[in-house]
Amino acid sequence: MAKIEYTPNDFRNGNAVKWCPGCGDHAVFNSVLKALPEVSERLNIPRENFAFISGIGCSSRFVYYMNTYGFHTIHGRAAAISTGLKTARPDLSVWVCSGDGDSLAIGGNHFIHACRRNIDLNLILFNNEIYGLTKGQYSPTSKLGKITKTSPFGTIEEPFSPAVLAIGAKASFVARTIDMELDLTKDMLVEGACHKGMSVIETLVNCVIFNHKTHADYADTKAIREERTIRLVHGEKMLFGANKEKGLVLDGLRLKVVTVGEDGYTIDDVLTHDAHSEDTALHTMLASMRYPDYPVAVGVIRDVARPTYDSEVARQIEEQQSAKPNMKADDLFFGGETWKVE
Amino acid sequence: MSVVIRFSGDSGDGMQMVGNLFSESAAFAGYGVFTFPDYPAEVRAPQGTVAGVSGFQVHFDTHAVTHEGDKCNILVAMNPAALVAHSKYATATATILLDSDGFTKDTVAKLGYDIETIVEQLGLQECNIVEAPITQMTLDAVAQCELDRKSALKCRNMVVLGITLGMYDIATDYAKKFVEKKFGVKNPLVCKANIAAIEAGENYAKNTHLVGETHAEKGVSALAKGTYRSINGNQAVAWGFIAAAEKSGRKLFCGSYPITPATGILEELAKHKALGVKTVQAEDEIAGICTAIGASFGGALAVTTTSGPGLALKSEALGLAVMAQIPLVVVDVQRGGPSTGLPTKSEQADLLQAMYGRNGDSPLVVLTAHSPADCFEKAYMAAKIALERMMPVVLLTDGNLANGTEPWLIKRVADMPSITPPIVSREELAEKAECFNERGLFNPYSANENLARYWAIPGTEGLEHRLGGLEKQPKTGAISYSPADHASMGALRAERVERAKELMPAVQIEGATEGDLLVLAWGSNVGKVSEVVAEVRNEGGNVAYATISLINPLQAGIAEAMSHFKRVLVCESNSGQLASHLRSMTSHKDIRSLADMGARPFAAEALKADILKNLNEN
Repeated sequence: MAKIEYTPNDFRNGNAVKWCPGCGDHAVFNSVLKALPEVSERLNIPRENFAFISGIGCSSRFVYYMNTYGFHTIHGRAAAISTGLKTARPDLSVWVCSGDGDSLAIGGNHFIHACRRNIDLNLILFNNEIYGLTKGQYSPTSKLGKITKTSPFGTIEEPFSPAVLAIGAKASFVARTIDMELDLTKDMLVEGACHKGMSVIETLVNCVIFNHKTHADYADTKAIREERTIRLVHGEKMLFGANKEKGLVLDGLRLKVVTVGEDGYTIDDVLTHDAHSEDTALHTMLASMRYPDYPVAVGVIRDVARPTYDSEVARQIEEQQSAKPNMKADDLFFGGETWKVE
Repeated sequence: MSVVIRFSGDSGDGMQMVGNLFSESAAFAGYGVFTFPDYPAEVRAPQGTVAGVSGFQVHFDTHAVTHEGDKCNILVAMNPAALVAHSKYATATATILLDSDGFTKDTVAKLGYDIETIVEQLGLQECNIVEAPITQMTLDAVAQCELDRKSALKCRNMVVLGITLGMYDIATDYAKKFVEKKFGVKNPLVCKANIAAIEAGENYAKNTHLVGETHAEKGVSALAKGTYRSINGNQAVAWGFIAAAEKSGRKLFCGSYPITPATGILEELAKHKALGVKTVQAEDEIAGICTAIGASFGGALAVTTTSGPGLALKSEALGLAVMAQIPLVVVDVQRGGPSTGLPTKSEQADLLQAMYGRNGDSPLVVLTAHSPADCFEKAYMAAKIALERMMPVVLLTDGNLANGTEPWLIKRVADMPSITPPIVSREELAEKAECFNERGLFNPYSANENLARYWAIPGTEGLEHRLGGLEKQPKTGAISYSPADHASMGALRAERVERAKELMPAVQIEGATEGDLLVLAWGSNVGKVSEVVAEVRNEGGNVAYATISLINPLQAGIAEAMSHFKRVLVCESNSGQLASHLRSMTSHKDIRSLADMGARPFAAEALKADILKNLNEN
């Protein structure tokens, strides 16, 4: 088959996009449109083999704007529906669009089991730390003490970190990005798509109406992001700051932020990111970092190779079929203990 | 002529195995058979207690048998608890075969009875009590096999098998072959011991002239010509789907969560990867149906299997399948409810849940199976309706069907009806302008003449589209909340389901097509109810009978048939759900309900009395 070269516009269907002006979802949508031609090229997948599956919530409207196969399903179940789709059709590139309420509250069970099974999905987790479509109730990722319509005196629940949860649930690829970092998001999407197995791409998105500036402390401007986030790159030193002057070192069993050249710390003390490490301990620590104690980690936190659920299902089928070649239903029905009435 | 044997013992005594082997041997010998396992939910309740008693009933006859039978003519009791628990299932003059080695003063006293008077205490004075030293016979028979006592005692059930087969002069070859296959290579000593036990039992029956009252004429089969195998309802459902997948050219996908009594379907399907069957044991019931919906979106014949509590959990996703016109079969192997209810007992009380248990007006096809072998046909037809009409179908079976067995006249896939899903390519739709919008994009709810949505499967170039659970415009499928669009889509959803009745045959009336009383039944009650009605009719009663298989849409011909009878009596194991549905769906003025809420099969005697009462009323 001749390779088709796509442009971002080939992946949008022209429907009017109805997110609020200023919503972070617009940015992620644009990053996806930019990522897909590259994914198509790298994996040699034509447009008709892309499927976008979503649950319910603002971000789940995503699929209505795509010119791919799509299914806007029910609240929380996109990961489960995608699991069935990918198992049945390993040849498809299956994407899940889901919010923090969708994936971590009502759909939490499907989320962790999709991670555990390592099914080859690309799950874009739009984390705006609020329920937007129902108009402003706290979510499982809302910061402790957050005042919302259903927590007028502040939340009293510890939030989930989606990336930490995904790592704990054995996801083989976990990345984090920020809505305004279009290129970073695009890169994470492409890397996630090329990774074989469950890819969780947490995108920190702004809800301009109900949770405006929830990520602002560490994501508001380029200057803030340079100082308060750290871009993790496999094989590179964990450095951040406008001049990459700050780094992460291991202090006992904890991470510590240091300035290179101060307090006796040299560049050699700064950790080198190993996204491919099987061990989840350091990845968990990196994903757990919260401002102001630490910079917020973005980039690929974890990227390990292990067999995918869909390819293992296919392998078992191949094995059984080569052991019993050309078996038909009749062979099953007439096999074993039967008797004839003459 | 009919004989009912009930094997009862501790959960670990192997009663299910001896029951299955007896019934298969009888079927192999040409008898009609039907089985009914009756086991506790607990895996191994404490030994020797009434709670731990496991039963297995076999009904066999010289003609085809359609139900599990009533009270048993032969009761096998492996211990005092089994006798106490199951003596109520024996006829007044039954033969009771008990392991006399287990009946001591202490074991009987433990249950609150006296060894001297237990027979009277249980009301078994008229019975023929056969006190056989089954334990000692077993130990003697396997003495040559160098087994430890515990392993040796595991052969007790094979002595019982030998005795009961011997009583009815049924050959033991089938059972011996089974034992050889099961243990021959793996454990030759155990194999030898089991065969010795079967022979010891057979000899005991012959030597003591223990002869059952009924014999079949040798060499005359109860069944139509053909190749048979023994099948239970769960296996038959699984195989019906396998046949439908092959016929339709779709890959079979099952997403399910384990639940009694439906688990056997998932277990069966999981074995058949050589046939390309994919199964996902999902993280919960919701994921079970959702993985199936995803697989269906991807072009598979997708099924999910469950029981009542699971159907409740699946209801939102089932509504999505209605809304997005997704082909899907949901099997509900009904058990006693509500809530966790009676997991190992059978009931028909999920009918209205299947009909109405979703938000919004959400009609779907509800099909039922009425015997273990019929589960094959109905699973196949459920798949055909789902695939050809692009809609979810709920198939109702129940615990009795799931675990009951009967001989199945094996079907070849080539002899099954065709299944033609409306799969399309861009080229095939090129002439149909109505299938595309002004931008040339595919309108995803475009449908064929049967109102079946064209199935544009991901991977099909030029037909990319988006489905969803939001209300839509009829033509374009674009999201719409307009009252007119909602009203017309609602009407369309109803009409799609109504049209599905075209794929099922009209109801068949047994007996005169008009008269005083028409008796209706569905599901696992069909065998016994139809037989009792036939008996009343043979005795001169003006009563007809019909099975309803398709409940929604209401099977063709039923309303018309009912109108020719003064009274209609609906027999079912619930509070009268089908009767209530028929009252709402037909104009018949005298629809009566014979409802049994005991989560047990109807008893023939009481059933006959009820039918006569309704027949003879003025």
